[in-house]
Amino acid sequence: MQGIMESIQTLCSGDHGNEGFMQDDEDEEEENGVGRLTSWAELLGFGLAVFSEAIAPQLQCFCDRTLGFAVGQGGSREAWIKAVAMAMSLVRKAVKKGWVGALAPAARVMSQALSTASEPITLDIPVPFKAHKVETPSVTVETSAQELTNFFKTMFIMRRMEIAADSLYKSKFIRGFCHLYDGQEAVCVGMEAALNDKDCIITAYRDHCTHLGRGGSVLEVFAELMGRKDGCSLGKGGSMHMYNKKGGFYGGNGIVGAQTPLGAGLAFAQKYLKVEGVTLAMYGDGAANQGQLFEAMNISALWNLPVIYVCENNHYGMGTAEWRSAKSPEYYKRGDYIPGLKVDGMDCLAVKQAVKYAKEYALQNGPMVLEMDTYRYHGHSMSDPGSTYRTRDEISGVRQERDPIERIRKLLLSNNIATVAELKTMEKEAKKEVEDALSKAKESPSPDSDELFTHVYRKGYGAKAYGADRKEVVVKLP
Amino acid sequence: MLAAFGKNRALVSSLLRGGNGGDGASAAAVWAVSKRFMSASGDSITVREALNSAIDEEMTADSKVFVMGEEVGEYQGAYKVTKGLLQKFGPDRVLDTPITEAGFTGLGVGAAMYGLKPIVEFMTFNFAMQAIDHLINSAAKTNYMSGGTINVPIVFRGPNGAAAGVAAQHSQCFAAWYGQVPGLKVLVPYDAEDARGLMKAAIRDPDPVVFLENELLYGESFPVSKEVLDPSFTLPIGKAKIMREGSDLTIVTFSKMVGYALKAADELAKEGISVEVVNLRSIRPLDRETINASVRKTSRLLCLEEGWPQHGVCAEICASVVEESFYYLDAPVERICGADVPMPYAANLERLAVPQIDDVIRAARRICFRKQDKRKATA
Repeated sequence: MQGIMESIQTLCSGDHGNEGFMQDDEDEEEENGVGRLTSWAELLGFGLAVFSEAIAPQLQCFCDRTLGFAVGQGGSREAWIKAVAMAMSLVRKAVKKGWVGALAPAARVMSQALSTASEPITLDIPVPFKAHKVETPSVTVETSAQELTNFFKTMFIMRRMEIAADSLYKSKFIRGFCHLYDGQEAVCVGMEAALNDKDCIITAYRDHCTHLGRGGSVLEVFAELMGRKDGCSLGKGGSMHMYNKKGGFYGGNGIVGAQTPLGAGLAFAQKYLKVEGVTLAMYGDGAANQGQLFEAMNISALWNLPVIYVCENNHYGMGTAEWRSAKSPEYYKRGDYIPGLKVDGMDCLAVKQAVKYAKEYALQNGPMVLEMDTYRYHGHSMSDPGSTYRTRDEISGVRQERDPIERIRKLLLSNNIATVAELKTMEKEAKKEVEDALSKAKESPSPDSDELFTHVYRKGYGAKAYGADRKEVVVKLP
Repeated sequence: MLAAFGKNRALVSSLLRGGNGGDGASAAAVWAVSKRFMSASGDSITVREALNSAIDEEMTADSKVFVMGEEVGEYQGAYKVTKGLLQKFGPDRVLDTPITEAGFTGLGVGAAMYGLKPIVEFMTFNFAMQAIDHLINSAAKTNYMSGGTINVPIVFRGPNGAAAGVAAQHSQCFAAWYGQVPGLKVLVPYDAEDARGLMKAAIRDPDPVVFLENELLYGESFPVSKEVLDPSFTLPIGKAKIMREGSDLTIVTFSKMVGYALKAADELAKEGISVEVVNLRSIRPLDRETINASVRKTSRLLCLEEGWPQHGVCAEICASVVEESFYYLDAPVERICGADVPMPYAANLERLAVPQIDDVIRAARRICFRKQDKRKATA
């Protein structure tokens, strides 16, 4: 891409030929446009644009001064010799001024893009799976430049969003509870790569990024966090209660562990209605000891429900380390008769592979447990500094060695899918997207007062509901 | 009939031993025979039959309705309310669960969130305490928390309150607990008409409904009209019924106590006290209009419930009447409730722990400022 940029600049500087036709603002547009060119179709289009805008007129000029000259002179032998000499001199000029050289990277990138944007790339997952009562999936994963780039962009947006939420909380725009997901992005992003719109996800209260992954927007997350009208739950739910029924996202649940039998119920409904989909019931290492989880596992195994229990093991249940709360912290084995896999939860591709495998399994055979070995950089919630029960060295160690975004960055660079500058552009765009959403969310108003009494029931039959002063505030529920 | 019985006896005993009754035809025959045994005459059905037929009809009308709970299938229902449903609708729609209330209740709520219409049976509502987090936090509040995007069309049903001799852990009345929660609807049928109409309304309702039955009422027969037996019959949720009109005193009550109030009213009529009996039918929404209209007519209120008095249903009714109809009252409001004790086992103590008809009569006279027993002495 850098090559294309340089070629355009050289071509457009205007002192090689008659035309210095590209305007400065178009330059800028192209500069911003470069970062978005990841599909072969887009690249082809861009290449054509470069050709028609920059190369074609110069070619036209070249042809005029050589062929055109020869033909114009009557096509005589002398004319043709003169034309050839002119052509050679023009070519020499072009090479001297860097045109031909400048076109090469453009051609190279275009041909690369034409062939590799969605062409499969095969990679090996570095950290092996661990299996319980099932075969491990292959460590060789098929992905593509497009998919890896999307992983990067999505995770980066999620990271920026959570960091912005941190500042919002500290400036008191967000009240109550705020549980941040930064560090764990690879889990929800990797999962989505293996799921479709027939599948359902239900999770606990660390749900902002999961909501985004299921089709939510950054604006509706911020607005909900700040309790505004444009929030996904109209401002009435808050951080822990984000839902998207159309997108197959059932929250957003505040009671630890309660979402696991709910997830079994979603899977039950999918099976009952013969929808070829699975439900991912997510929970943490803290919830992994809950009785209702085992009750749900028992029923779902008995009834062969297409549910996948995804344990996001970030090693701390609030402030209690896993070895202090679980006799057996091998959560992928805790399903006993239910097979399980332990997955490197900081690796999008490993997560994708595991979920793909588990989905195929669950649709045929019933539940499976996936333990995602992941980590959260923030404390349990915004009121937890996160350092009274773990060391800062541990946190920075994970950040340096296992960060999910850095891992994808390395893959993008080492596989020549993107350059450092292109990644910077992507990051800039992501930051802008998050900032725009944030300012829009800040402008969103609080809900109207009469929203206090809406949605208590789907059908209220005109029953009376009272405010704090019963004589003052009486409402008929719609 | 005897021939049919003889032919199916082996089948029946195999069913009772937990078998699955063989092929569909014999199962249907068993069901037909048992149905004939259950109904007394064409005009009158038991509460059990009312509930069974209501669930049957709603399951026939809507394939999304299914039943689950402990012993609802092969056992034919711990109290036989779901008798015959497994044979008719199959094991995909009538599901026997393990004894794991938290798990299967959560499963039911999740299925309802997706769009199915579960009927979750609790063997008694005492066991629902194991799952109460799902009733309140997962079911009741979700429509509100989601800004109206996810509703939970589920029915939680089962016997509530005291039975006979089942002691403390099996006798609690939960009407006040669930009645307090916005987002729930709480229904309390008394007779067969209530049972049919309210059950059908509950199953069709898009919100979570807590349906509090009474074990001792299951076997009681009540006359019903043709309209009640029609598959389209429903009763409105949130509307009380005036069981008996009167002019001197309003007794507001629900469930089994409605029968006690009616008997007490008969006795009181002999001494010239005309009692109006209001059958709540619905704890939430509470029909304050009917209650207050009745009290404004009679100027006296007696509330009656089997559960504990402190913070109970009667407390709310008294508060509502004092707030809205104070100037119509000729006497202080009164409550007759269960005693402030865990339910004892010994029969004499149990009798003292719950309201008796005599308690209602005594209170009625007190409210009407009558001290003497004016009934004619029997020879």
